[in-house]
Amino acid sequence: MASAKYETHEHDVIIIGAGGAGLRAAIEASNEKLSVGLVCKSLLGKAHTVMAEGGIAAAMGNVEPRDNWKVHFRDTMKGGRFLNQWRMAQLHAMEAPDRVKELEEWGALFDRTADGRILQRNFGGHKYPRLAHVGDRTGLEMIRTLQQHGVHLGIKVYMECTISRLLTDDDKIKGAFGYWRENGKFVVFKSKAVVLATGGIGRMFKINSNSWECTGDGQALAYLAGAELMDMEFMQFHPTGMVWPPSVRGTLITEGVRGEGGTLRNKDGKRIMFDYIPELYANETADTEAEADKWLAESTQAGGSKAKRTPDLLPRDIVARAIHAEVKAGRGSPHGGVFLDIATRRSAEDIKRKLPAMYHQFKELGDVDITTDPMEVGPTAHYTMGGIRVDSDTQESRIKGLFAAGECAAGMHGSNRLGGNSLSDLVVFGRLAGLHAAKYARDAAAPSIDDGEIEAAATEALAVFNREEGENPFLLHDELKDSMQKHVGIIRVEKELKAGLLELHALKARVGKIKVEDNRHFNTAWHQSLDMRNMLICAEAMCQAAIARKESRGGHARDDFPDQDKGHFSKVNIVSRMTKSGEMEISEVPLPEVPADIKKVLEEDSK
Amino acid sequence: MSDKKATLKIYRGDNDGGEFKTYEVETYPGMVVLDAIHDIQAKQEPGLAVRWNCKAGRCGSCGAEVNGKPKLMCMTRMSAYDDDPEPIMVTPMKAFPILKDLVTDVSQNFRMAQKIPAFAPRPREADGTHRMQQDDIERIQEFRKCIECFLCQNTCHVIRDHGKKEDFAGPRFLIAMAGLDMHPLDTLDRRELLKDEFGIGYCNITRCCTEVCPEHINITDNGIIPMKERVADDYFDPVRWLIRKVGGEEKKKKASLPVIQNETSTPVVKKKKTEKAAKADE
Repeated sequence: MASAKYETHEHDVIIIGAGGAGLRAAIEASNEKLSVGLVCKSLLGKAHTVMAEGGIAAAMGNVEPRDNWKVHFRDTMKGGRFLNQWRMAQLHAMEAPDRVKELEEWGALFDRTADGRILQRNFGGHKYPRLAHVGDRTGLEMIRTLQQHGVHLGIKVYMECTISRLLTDDDKIKGAFGYWRENGKFVVFKSKAVVLATGGIGRMFKINSNSWECTGDGQALAYLAGAELMDMEFMQFHPTGMVWPPSVRGTLITEGVRGEGGTLRNKDGKRIMFDYIPELYANETADTEAEADKWLAESTQAGGSKAKRTPDLLPRDIVARAIHAEVKAGRGSPHGGVFLDIATRRSAEDIKRKLPAMYHQFKELGDVDITTDPMEVGPTAHYTMGGIRVDSDTQESRIKGLFAAGECAAGMHGSNRLGGNSLSDLVVFGRLAGLHAAKYARDAAAPSIDDGEIEAAATEALAVFNREEGENPFLLHDELKDSMQKHVGIIRVEKELKAGLLELHALKARVGKIKVEDNRHFNTAWHQSLDMRNMLICAEAMCQAAIARKESRGGHARDDFPDQDKGHFSKVNIVSRMTKSGEMEISEVPLPEVPADIKKVLEEDSK
Repeated sequence: MSDKKATLKIYRGDNDGGEFKTYEVETYPGMVVLDAIHDIQAKQEPGLAVRWNCKAGRCGSCGAEVNGKPKLMCMTRMSAYDDDPEPIMVTPMKAFPILKDLVTDVSQNFRMAQKIPAFAPRPREADGTHRMQQDDIERIQEFRKCIECFLCQNTCHVIRDHGKKEDFAGPRFLIAMAGLDMHPLDTLDRRELLKDEFGIGYCNITRCCTEVCPEHINITDNGIIPMKERVADDYFDPVRWLIRKVGGEEKKKKASLPVIQNETSTPVVKKKKTEKAAKADE
């Protein structure tokens, strides 16, 4: 028996990934009185959720009483250019306020309004001040709250444990196979249901805001197990990453800087965003500096503002492309970005109080005092809208018992995510995935795992040790990052995408020749070589889908098809799956029909 | 990019022993110690073990000792050592068992976190909200900035030199307790736990933890001292002792605390709780 050979654990539900979505799923499944295992690559509480800064979007209406789920839903669909799964966007908008209140109930301390309620701030693409926040460290508050709540529920946590394969039988989940990072020993999890909550794929770009963990593990595990990936062409380049010095290139600067009044300027000091207001947002965006500033001053005050919103807070895809265009036109900052100015907009005291992490980050890593000088910023690969295709209500993939939530799942954000909608996504869909995984597990039979499958996974994981000589996994990773940045970046064109695809295929062959030295004890080179497989799957899916989508929309901009298609491509999502022979197959699936009552909500846009 | 070079001496080994190995790296503007470690890993020593996540000072994974000082490697600039002709020494955190090279076993901290009783809020207001004033939560928000890098635990001599890992919770968990105790909504009394299980009496206020905190949390003055005072008031005040003896367990109340402002050293007395909040505490 395999279980005698390898350490084996059995649970009703295992959750892979312990960021906001994974923790919330684990809490929910645990509340259902089931045995829950939570497996994470890092120590508990270190997941990429800690990096989320600006806030969690929820139409609580604490600052602007006119806000409600319908407005939030509309903003989300509009931000995603209507390619979202409408049902997910609806569930998200309706449930987010309850999830925020629940976090408060578990100890989270959000910043307060004058009358003592949860304060909400402005953010890109959100019509009203909507982001509950804690200065610029909201993600940390959220993960710590979930962690401290979760540790008392009897959830078994497996830290620094990486899953390398899901175990399935006839399109039904039965467990997972992985290794302990510390000693390299293998471990088998038998489980009736599995929730993937592994986060993003940013590490495949040279300039990115992501931690080492964001290597597309859940997406690749699901794909290899027979699930589908969807919307993989849509990559969000956050407009404001650090550009200087090289050590921190790509590190995130929160959109909260602009929420607090910061503006983007070019080298001539001109506020750039007024020149980049798209038609879709023209009727709600200020076209003069005076009106934009009036809105900034009034919108968080009682009574709200009748002025139109500042273009500095347009959705991220628009702002990122504007910065890209300014730099290309030769109007950029000395190190190839533009300037983000908060120093002339707010007092030094306000900046330190509302944006303390930004203040320290620039002071310690960038030698810039943001209370006196502007920051230099440029786009950085930040978030993938694409991921595992799931059912909108249950978060189940096409593999029975396999669920996904958070960044590794697709559908909620369409072609572009609004800032603040990620943290709310994590808790709304983390909860739903945990709930439905528990329901499924309750009725499912105990799985039996066959030795052959486990031995195959073990052989695959150890292959890199058994070669005489070969490639260096760190340098191959650098090549992948360079290739993706060059060919599949913020502005794409067919010729480049095709060249990129060829390079990916070549890299895939070389990854099969990686040689790792040393033993299995905390061997980062070994871990890196296994992560490469996952990144390459996601990279190929992104590249293929980007070739297939012959239009520009949200986080997918084509120089050869610069317009958003009103016809065919506005009605389909692109899906990747693995064929029996192991090739990647791309197809189109129609967007679900929007019911009449929801259509009405979308059309209610108050001018 | 410059072609300047730097030399690092890095501990390689595990809890049973090891040695320092010397590496040379090319430096570039803004380079931090963690960049140098990654460069060595990629080009010279693929087996070099290091724990890290965000490389932006947010996750607290890459704590180590650089020239003997506890630091986050991602926030420690190589240029800080430009004038020092000696190699930069990088060693794992001393207070924890070494797993491999720079990676230590910090699991004790997770066991301690589990011992902290969960937050227990009072009921919501009639309108479904919890009302709290920003002024009343700023102190706790300071404690909640903690990124759990455990540099304070590593530095605290009670743990580091006297090995009191099981009897003393350490600075991180004392401020976690303080954060709950000072939370306007919380209803639990954790003083006995602080005194016994968490051993707050071991702390003799040398403020080493505050000095190494990368989040600049005023751990000692704002967190530990007020907690020590509260425990002392309760357990060592002869009048209260008598009341407890004669009248059974005294009704425990959360009193207002003296706190020190972040950037000054002037003690200010915290506002009394609103009547409603005080009532809910009882």
